[in-house]
Amino acid sequence: MDPSFIWSELVPALNKGLIVSLLLIVPSACIGLLLGILVGFSRTFGPPWLSRAASAYATIFRGTPLLVQLFMLYFGLPGIGIYLTPYVAAVAGFSLCSGAYHSEYIRGALLSIKSGQIRAAESLGFSRVKTMVHIILPQAMRRALPGVGNELIYLIKYSSLAYIITCIELTGEGKILAAQTFRYTEVFLIVGCYYLLLVSLASVGLRKLEDMLRVPGFGKG
Amino acid sequence: MAEEELLRVEGLSKTISGTSILSDVDMVVRKGDLKVLIGPSGGGKSTLLQCINLLLFPDSGRIVLDGREVTFRRKREVLAYRQQIGMIFQEFNLFDHLNALQNVSIALRKVRRMSSRQAAERAERELERVGIWEQKGLYPAELSGGQKQRLSIARALAMDPAILLLDEPTSALDPELIGEVLAVIRDLSQRGMTMLMATHQMGFARTLAQEIMFMEQGRIVEQGAPQELLSHSGAEQSRTLSFCSKINELYA
Ligand SMILES: Nc1ncnc2c1ncn2[C@@H]1O[C@H](COP(=O)(O)OP(=O)(O)O)[C@@H](O)[C@H]1O
Ligand SMILES: [Mg+2]
Repeated sequence: MDPSFIWSELVPALNKGLIVSLLLIVPSACIGLLLGILVGFSRTFGPPWLSRAASAYATIFRGTPLLVQLFMLYFGLPGIGIYLTPYVAAVAGFSLCSGAYHSEYIRGALLSIKSGQIRAAESLGFSRVKTMVHIILPQAMRRALPGVGNELIYLIKYSSLAYIITCIELTGEGKILAAQTFRYTEVFLIVGCYYLLLVSLASVGLRKLEDMLRVPGFGKG
Repeated sequence: MAEEELLRVEGLSKTISGTSILSDVDMVVRKGDLKVLIGPSGGGKSTLLQCINLLLFPDSGRIVLDGREVTFRRKREVLAYRQQIGMIFQEFNLFDHLNALQNVSIALRKVRRMSSRQAAERAERELERVGIWEQKGLYPAELSGGQKQRLSIARALAMDPAILLLDEPTSALDPELIGEVLAVIRDLSQRGMTMLMATHQMGFARTLAQEIMFMEQGRIVEQGAPQELLSHSGAEQSRTLSFCSKINELYA
C-alpha cells in the first residue's frame, strides 16, 4: 500500500468515475422505477393486448443477461441504423432491465391489494386513474418496497458493467489505472470500498423510507 | 313520513357470464325511508345494490334519482352520479394505508377538491357523528370491526349522499359489535337519511324499516310494510315470514 499513490492518483481518478457512476445510477433508477410501475400496472389492470405485451417485455429482460442486453443496445442497434452513445446505451440497458424486475415486484404488490378497496373508491366517485394514484399505488409501493429496494441495490452494483461498452465509470477508471500501474490489489480494494459505501448509503436511505412509510398493521392481512 | 320519491328502479336486469342474476327488478325508495332488502344468500341483493351505484352496469332498465333519469353512457356523469350514492360494504373496504381521518377526507380532497384543512374539518365532524372521533389517528388494522364499519359509514356520509346503500353492514361483525353499528344506522334513519339496506337483522328491520322487500333468484318476490309481511294473520304465510322463521331457527 502506497498512500501517496492512493491519495494523489487513485482517489481523484475514482472520484471522477464515481460521478459517472452516479450519473448512470440515478437516472436509471428513476426511469427504471417509472417503467416498472407502468409495466406492473399494465400487466395487472391493462387490456389483454397491453398486459400480454408488458409481460413479454418483462420475460425478455428478466430472461437474458444484462451484458447481452447492453451489447445489443450498443453493438447490435447500429445494425438497424440506431447509434447510441455508450452513456445512453448504458442508461437504456439499466432502465429496461431494472424496469422488468420492478414490474414483477409491483405486480405482486398490486395483486395483494383487495379489489374491495377499488370498489369503495369508485363508489365515492374516484375515477379509475385517481383510484390507482391515490389508493392503489401508495399501498402497492409500500408492499413492493423491499423488492424494489433490493433491485436498486443491484443496480448500483451492475452499473459497473457500463465500462464494458466503453462508458468509463468507477470500475472503468479503476481498471485503466490498474492496467497502467499494475497495482491491481490496491485499486480494486478501494473500488470495492466505493461500492460498499454507495450500497450502505442506499440501504440506510431505504430503511429510513420504509420507517417513514410504515403504517400500523399494514401488509399483515 | 315524507312521501316524495327519491330513487326509482324500473325493469333492471343483469346477466353475468350467461347467468341471469337480476331479472326485471322494479323498486321505489321514498325520501327519508329505510328500506330493507332480505332474502337468501345468492338471491342478488349485492348485485342489485352495485347496479344501483353503477359499480356494475345493468344490461337494461332505468334508474331515476330525484326525478332525473341516470344515463350511464358517459364516464363523467357516472362519476358524478356515484358521489350521490353512498355505499357501505359488508367487508368495510377501508383504505388500509390511511388513518381514520384520512379515510374520510381523501375523497373530499381528491374528488371534491376541497382544501386539506376544510376536508379534515369535515372529516372530524363525520367521525364525531358516528362516535369514533377519538380514533381519528388510528389505522384500519387498529380498529375493532364495529369501529371499522362506523368509519366506512362516516366516509360515505362525508360526500353528502342523497341515499345510502348498505350491503349487509353487520354480517362480518362479531355479535357483540353489531349493536353499535345498528345504533348508528338507526340514528341516521331518525335524522331523515334515505337508506336501502340488505340485512339479515330481522328485529331491526321489523322495528325500523318502512318497507321490506324479499328477493330471491334475482327477483323481488314480495314487498310491503313489515307488519304486513311479518304478521301471522293472513290466510297463507308470506315467503318473507317463512324465510324469517328459518333464519330465526338458525340463530336461535
Ligand atoms: N362476478 C360474478 N360472476 C358470476 N356470478 C356472479 C358474480 N357475482 C355474483 N354472481 C352470482 O350472482 C348471484 C347473486 O349474487 P349476490 O348478488 O351476491 O347475492 P346476495 O348478495 O343476495 O347473496 C349468485 O348466484 C352469485 O353466484
Ligand atoms: Mg351479498
